[in-house]
Amino acid sequence: MIDGKVADSASSQGANPSQKPRRIQDTVIRLAGNSQDGIQAIGGFLARLAGRTDKDVMTYMTIPATISGGPSIYQVRLGTGEVLSAGDDVDVLVAFYQHSYNDHVNTLRDGGILIYDSDNVQPDPNQKRYRAAGVPITGLTVEAIGGTAKDKGKNMFVLGLLARMFDLDVPKLETMLQGYYKGKGEDVIRNVLGAFNAGYGYSIGQVTDTFEFVAPAGKKTARQIVTDGNQAVAYGALTAGVRFGAGYPITPWSSIMEILRAELPKYGGIFVQAEDELAAIAMACGASYAGYVALTGTSGPGLSLKTEALGWAVMAEMPVVIVDVQRGGPSTGLPTNVEQSDLNIACYGGHGDSPRIVLAPASVEDCFYTAMEAVKLAREYSCPVILLTDQALATRFETWDMPDFAALVQDILPKFEPHGPNYKPYENSTDGIAHHAPPGTPMVDGKYPIVTGLEHDEAGHPASRPANHVMMVAKRRRKLQVLASRLPKPTVFGPPEGKVLLIGWGSTQGPIREAVEKARAAGESVSALTLRYLQPLQTGIKEILDGFSHVFVVEINDEGLYGYGQLAGVLRATFCDAKIRGINKTDGLPFKVREILSGVEQKLKEGR
Amino acid sequence: MIADPRNQETQEIKLTDRKKYTKKELVADHPTWCPGCGDFSVLSIYFKMMEKLQVPHEKITSIAGIGCSSRFPYFVNAHGAHFLHGRGVPFATGVSLIRPDLHVFMFGGDGDAFSIGGNHLNHAARKNIKMTYVIMDNFVYGLTKKQTSPTSPLGFKSKTDPWGAVDQPINPMKQLIASGATFIARTHSHLPNHVMEMMEKAMNHDGFSVIECLSECTEFYPGAFDAANPRKGGVFQLVPADHDATDEVAAYKLAMAPFPGYFGVFYHIQRATKNALEAGLIANAKAKSGNAPPVELLQKTFAQFS
Repeated sequence: MIDGKVADSASSQGANPSQKPRRIQDTVIRLAGNSQDGIQAIGGFLARLAGRTDKDVMTYMTIPATISGGPSIYQVRLGTGEVLSAGDDVDVLVAFYQHSYNDHVNTLRDGGILIYDSDNVQPDPNQKRYRAAGVPITGLTVEAIGGTAKDKGKNMFVLGLLARMFDLDVPKLETMLQGYYKGKGEDVIRNVLGAFNAGYGYSIGQVTDTFEFVAPAGKKTARQIVTDGNQAVAYGALTAGVRFGAGYPITPWSSIMEILRAELPKYGGIFVQAEDELAAIAMACGASYAGYVALTGTSGPGLSLKTEALGWAVMAEMPVVIVDVQRGGPSTGLPTNVEQSDLNIACYGGHGDSPRIVLAPASVEDCFYTAMEAVKLAREYSCPVILLTDQALATRFETWDMPDFAALVQDILPKFEPHGPNYKPYENSTDGIAHHAPPGTPMVDGKYPIVTGLEHDEAGHPASRPANHVMMVAKRRRKLQVLASRLPKPTVFGPPEGKVLLIGWGSTQGPIREAVEKARAAGESVSALTLRYLQPLQTGIKEILDGFSHVFVVEINDEGLYGYGQLAGVLRATFCDAKIRGINKTDGLPFKVREILSGVEQKLKEGR
Repeated sequence: MIADPRNQETQEIKLTDRKKYTKKELVADHPTWCPGCGDFSVLSIYFKMMEKLQVPHEKITSIAGIGCSSRFPYFVNAHGAHFLHGRGVPFATGVSLIRPDLHVFMFGGDGDAFSIGGNHLNHAARKNIKMTYVIMDNFVYGLTKKQTSPTSPLGFKSKTDPWGAVDQPINPMKQLIASGATFIARTHSHLPNHVMEMMEKAMNHDGFSVIECLSECTEFYPGAFDAANPRKGGVFQLVPADHDATDEVAAYKLAMAPFPGYFGVFYHIQRATKNALEAGLIANAKAKSGNAPPVELLQKTFAQFS
């Protein structure tokens, strides 16, 4: 934060015109306007620029589910240390309209800076809580690029203001702008740069400071990249060797399919836009049967539609990866908000006993590596794998280290080597693992296998004998138990024993860890555990639970009929441990660090 | 060993190096169909056709949805998959698109094709996915024991319409012509030579080829297709010799003929398959990148993210 983390204590409080920049490690900027103002673009540029200049970054945005228009925000947290969350409180609020000011001024921390468009916003003149800087953003933008652009360009003007305030790398930013708008023609680029330079040149030194980011000691300066979570999933799948995908558009999954549709041909692969969710997973099952690990994806409502075929993939033991980018539900629900309420359907949704693997990446970087792992596990265990991400991960930008592609890229193209004699596609092996033979595989004994959704014997023939079903159900379960025994032991963030353990999964990892750090700095005994493997659970969790007096599962889902959320329910059922309780919320927004800490405080006060 | 088919370097096991297989080697489990079922005829003709064409044994791929007819893959000693009710076509689409070295056969009934899987049929047809789809149409749900099907004629008494079917049935040929399929034929399981002729033509077609084969359910709708069976006093009316199979309107007119209607190729045109179009996209993309390997492609893309 600007004041809280001032590295140079010599700088004075309050106005600091024409003095040297104040040195900071971290700042939170919230841009509030309407969705057509291009505030996502400003946020995106800030995020990418921060990444290119060795700053960590985390973003958070809400976009309206309407087709066009409506209030929208984009929050960027830039830091030189490790940025774990998008920030509870805002250091700098840019308000484009009166409603933006009214709705978001409360997020501004005490002593923060409000920059408002004085052509549109009238702030409370009597407040002393923050510093306000009125800038005629609309008027100055029109002045800079002419009236024909109407409201266009305000975002670039603001980007210029912020670039000046935070001493950002302007030549780099200009290169990025030129690259981004390359396809739109010379006029557009001229206007973009005109608005940007007007903003940059506008002196706001009269009312506020300029800042300079300083890195904490010992900070590594590896080459960093900036992507959102959906990009990380798509490229993780490509790196892992996925060469076939099929999907149907649904928010917030669609950008993964858009990337794969555009990218796969370069890799010799195909992505099909299917007629519906059912066809998408059916095509993926077909391609997997044909020897390729195929990928499909969706968001909650689509996962419901895919569950019949998911059952088939369990029964036929096919390697299929299913991405579920969770959003608020049920039904159409909150299409552009985050929720972690698909855990139950991911782990248990379906007919019959249908064990499948469920993985949940905890950060944008983790989206990349978990997508890779999903492909690997699907292939090794001949089993459908659900990759459970969420809207917050999908749409936020984070910085992460450049992957070592030379070491990571997998070639998993099918081989079609002759099989047999006595080959059994569903062999009841000790570890339960068996692999089907894709069409094209010669069978040396001349006996060819069928893959099927009917219960079958080891050779794949339909078989409804009681003992056979007992054996095959156990086989399909056993291979996931074997997987559990091979997974790495879970590691605790913070001391492995203590008073409070916070358990989370997915996108809540960052704010949970930040909460742990804050609580520990205040002398509290709090640790955290992130579960990446939701099914099967890793071994060793029970021992960790035993080391703590209180266990709270922090989830963005409802506390449920019995007072705990979806993962908490799984853990309680698995470990029969009544000390497992939930800290839940359902407002469609990522957890704030403060919400987690106050949740812990409240639960401790309630007692058991 | 066979290399990756996507690299188009498939080293086929040379036919000359192989022993020719006979129909006998293609026989697997004994069919569970009822005696006299029309589906037997389609199965035996499938064997006969493969024997004649000597499609490499390991490349024969039969796919099915759910229904009596969909038990088909179990009875063929070749690769095959038994998928979900109605979803056999998109499953076969996945196989076909990623495996240009296979000719995929899809088998199903009227429920699969025109009821639960109706939407998929339309989209595989318009996209012209390369496969052959044989719809064994018996006008009744047989596996679930006599419920009304989407092709059951008005007045047909079933367990779900004890007073006789009241819903307008689908006209399969009209539906198929409208779907955009590029090869559409109609045949009758009691006339095996005609079934063979249609299946061979369908297999030789480069695109989505679909056959409606009237296939009698002796258990739940006996005699349904006698009107077109000369041995039962019916008339097997071939598509007129002067029919222009590239004329969609003419095909539609044939489809309008009252039951039992015409038999033969109603519609047959050439249009680029999705398989070919996707292969073209791949070729263009690879040419543009100079056939760069995945590591290079990824490094280049990620350089833009840094």
